[in-house]
Amino acid sequence: MPADFNWAIGGEAGDGIDSTGKIFAQALSRAGRHVFTSKDFASRIRGGYTAYKVRTSVDRVQSVVDRLDVLIALTPRTIDENLEELHEGSVIIYDGERTTMQDVEIPDEMVGLDVPLKGLAEEAGGAIMRNVVALGAACAVTSFPIENLDSSLKKRFGDKGQAIVENNKEAARKGLDYVTEEYDEDDLGYDLDTTDNDYVLLNGDEAIGMGAIAAGCKFYAGYPITPATDVMTYLTGRIERFGGHVVQAEDELAAINLALGAARSGARSMTATSGPGIDLMTETFGLIATSETPLVICDVMRSGPSTGMPTKQEQGDLNTLLHGGHGEVPRFILAPTTVAECFWKTVEAFNLAEQYQTPVYLTSDLALAVTEQTFEPDAFDMDAVEIERGNVVDEESIGDHQTEQEQFKPHELTEDGVSPRAFPGTAGGAHMSTGLEHDELGRRTEDTEMRVKQVDKRDRKVATAREREDWSPREFGNPDAENLVVSWGSNEGALVEALAFLEEDGVDVRVLSVPYIFPRPDLSEEFEAAEEVVVVECNATGQFADVLEHDTLTRVKRINKYNGVRFKADELATDIKETLSA
Amino acid sequence: MSSQVRFTDFKSDKQPTWCPGCGDFGTMNGMMKALAETGNDPDNTFVVAGIGCSGKIGTYMHSYAIHGVHGRALPVGAGVKMANPELEVMVAGGDGDGYSIGAGHFVHAVRRNVDMSYVVMDNRIYGLTKGQASPTSREDFETATTPEGPKQPPVNPLALALASGATFIAQSFSSDALRHQEIVQRAVEHDGFGFVNVFSPCVTFNDVDTYDYFRDSLVDLDEEDYDPTDREAAKERVLDADKEYMGVLYQDEDSVPYEAQHGLDSPMHEVDDGAPEGAMDLVREFY
Repeated sequence: MPADFNWAIGGEAGDGIDSTGKIFAQALSRAGRHVFTSKDFASRIRGGYTAYKVRTSVDRVQSVVDRLDVLIALTPRTIDENLEELHEGSVIIYDGERTTMQDVEIPDEMVGLDVPLKGLAEEAGGAIMRNVVALGAACAVTSFPIENLDSSLKKRFGDKGQAIVENNKEAARKGLDYVTEEYDEDDLGYDLDTTDNDYVLLNGDEAIGMGAIAAGCKFYAGYPITPATDVMTYLTGRIERFGGHVVQAEDELAAINLALGAARSGARSMTATSGPGIDLMTETFGLIATSETPLVICDVMRSGPSTGMPTKQEQGDLNTLLHGGHGEVPRFILAPTTVAECFWKTVEAFNLAEQYQTPVYLTSDLALAVTEQTFEPDAFDMDAVEIERGNVVDEESIGDHQTEQEQFKPHELTEDGVSPRAFPGTAGGAHMSTGLEHDELGRRTEDTEMRVKQVDKRDRKVATAREREDWSPREFGNPDAENLVVSWGSNEGALVEALAFLEEDGVDVRVLSVPYIFPRPDLSEEFEAAEEVVVVECNATGQFADVLEHDTLTRVKRINKYNGVRFKADELATDIKETLSA
Repeated sequence: MSSQVRFTDFKSDKQPTWCPGCGDFGTMNGMMKALAETGNDPDNTFVVAGIGCSGKIGTYMHSYAIHGVHGRALPVGAGVKMANPELEVMVAGGDGDGYSIGAGHFVHAVRRNVDMSYVVMDNRIYGLTKGQASPTSREDFETATTPEGPKQPPVNPLALALASGATFIAQSFSSDALRHQEIVQRAVEHDGFGFVNVFSPCVTFNDVDTYDYFRDSLVDLDEEDYDPTDREAAKERVLDADKEYMGVLYQDEDSVPYEAQHGLDSPMHEVDDGAPEGAMDLVREFY
């Protein structure tokens, strides 16, 4: 029996796959097991194959692997889709009475559990609970105490009343009892231990939303787009409790302009979107940068270009974030590497935006967005949140930043490039902000000297930030290893777990996971010290590898995955081994 | 402070580069007077301007202001107001800015009903790009890019606003200074989105929609027995193909602005030193 256990439920969109998976994941988390979830879904509301996968262990899990121990299959395709991950002894729970499942073939080496899911659900009060019956059956297979399921059923159905919760509990028990009575325990050799630990279970989008509230964000405007929508969904109904507001705009152009307006009012403000939305927002991005407005723009990447594969993973927007927009404007780009880092990097994004009065791109991706992961609650320690608002002037200090005619200088030429900022309403601070090149007062100019001074001033902010802030990468593996593997964004978990596989094969590597895309750490020394450097990313051309080669004048090897699926730990280990020896 | 505010306090020391005789001078003067008359001062006023001749207004006025990107001044204004409902927000644009590239935002700004005013300088031509047809140009209006006229009917901004659920629709004429100021003032005072389409003639490129044309043809609603709260009457007027009207065409006196509907009553610029009190509850939700 493997130390970690992999479970999935699959069927058609509309079968309740997502909520069933979530109920099981929560039950595991509440039973003190670590959980890492992933989803296979198509861009449609009903129909089409969809699955929710759960990897769980008493130890921390931070990626997916090519292995499936128990599968609840609501359609024959669910078995076909997962055949490669199923193995000898895998258990497949299905309802042989379901029309499409009547002739289903379970491979000989696997255990097929034919459970009348619908029939038992009806006995418990309604066919709709058939997935919960399956969860009960899964408890029987794994010796997982069914009581752990009860609290997550309550969480899921509590709003619908106690009767519904009780019916669901009953449905789960019917599934458990059926399997216990009808099948031989020896065929079902899984045993999920529980612990006394308390974990929280959340995904990257939720962590970004939570980070925004923690950072004092009061205003969010967005337009729904997969896979960024959950940020807005999370904030809606929560941010109001902290004096904030969410607007669903008419389009991405409006969203970023609403957010810009709120930011000019002095509110910590954010928008989130995915690639196609970033394209639309790029027009206003230049204005935000030139008018030196603090704003957090979150890009939860998906597979592109154009509409690409909206429900699939990719890290293909890096070049757009680095170079998007006409002209040249400074920006910050942060890329959280884990779900917990989605929280912390969001807090940091707000601080950087205000300290340096620039737009900050916070770039996450689908793999982080839809992945639920368990953490110790103190991974989100609110007491550790620090707020830096930068150079805000009030009615007393504004006099230090005025001309002799008492005109406020919102683009004052300063040594660190950061100018004073007056929130509207501040007496003596009235000024205009514009995307036109401007003087210190914010007024249009085509004066050649002032143009150069203002461009240099804005660029100076990045230079100052490079000196003042810590842009270090996260480091894993053996610091003295000859081989260096570099990654950014969501690949970190798979990479960290790949280390164990590599160690078994005697491959020693040092791993740097880079959460800062711009400015980014200077890796010249690390590259020089390494025999080989491999850059791992989910895109076809190696966009991050390109910039690192440019920075360090060193050729690197590349591992690129762009089939729409995130890296798996075991697969990545094999790729690294092959690349290093190539 | 506000009692001593004069409209000239809203003037910046930049001299407008509008053509001599441009309607925008009168439009802007009316806006500044309306702001001063309604008790505002430059430090509590936020002006959002679009792109084009009209968009220059942010430079010539003195207040907190932003010069937005083309067509998107309205969402910026809404964001400013939502994040600080204590500010007086006025958005200025042109017919190209508002009814072409910004037409989508216009419809949604109208239905969102944020408490701000929107003054559109409608000269029925693109001035700053030197004389192309605008969305309000007449069907047969000949320009370099439309030698035989646009051959499509002009946008009817008033009807568009009414159809979108506007709570305040008015039309004015920049050269009728007192009436223009009064109409803008009523838009500022309106609880909700106060939309004013201002005929603001372009003396350089438009020889059809001239001062004389508007002077002769505009019908002032104040000179007839007109009830602006009557939506049916407003419907009839805004769809009237034979006449153009000056005055408040429609006002919903029961309008409840967006901010009131969403409980936005205080500025959002204050932020706690650390995470806000009670933030740990957000984490507990995920147990």
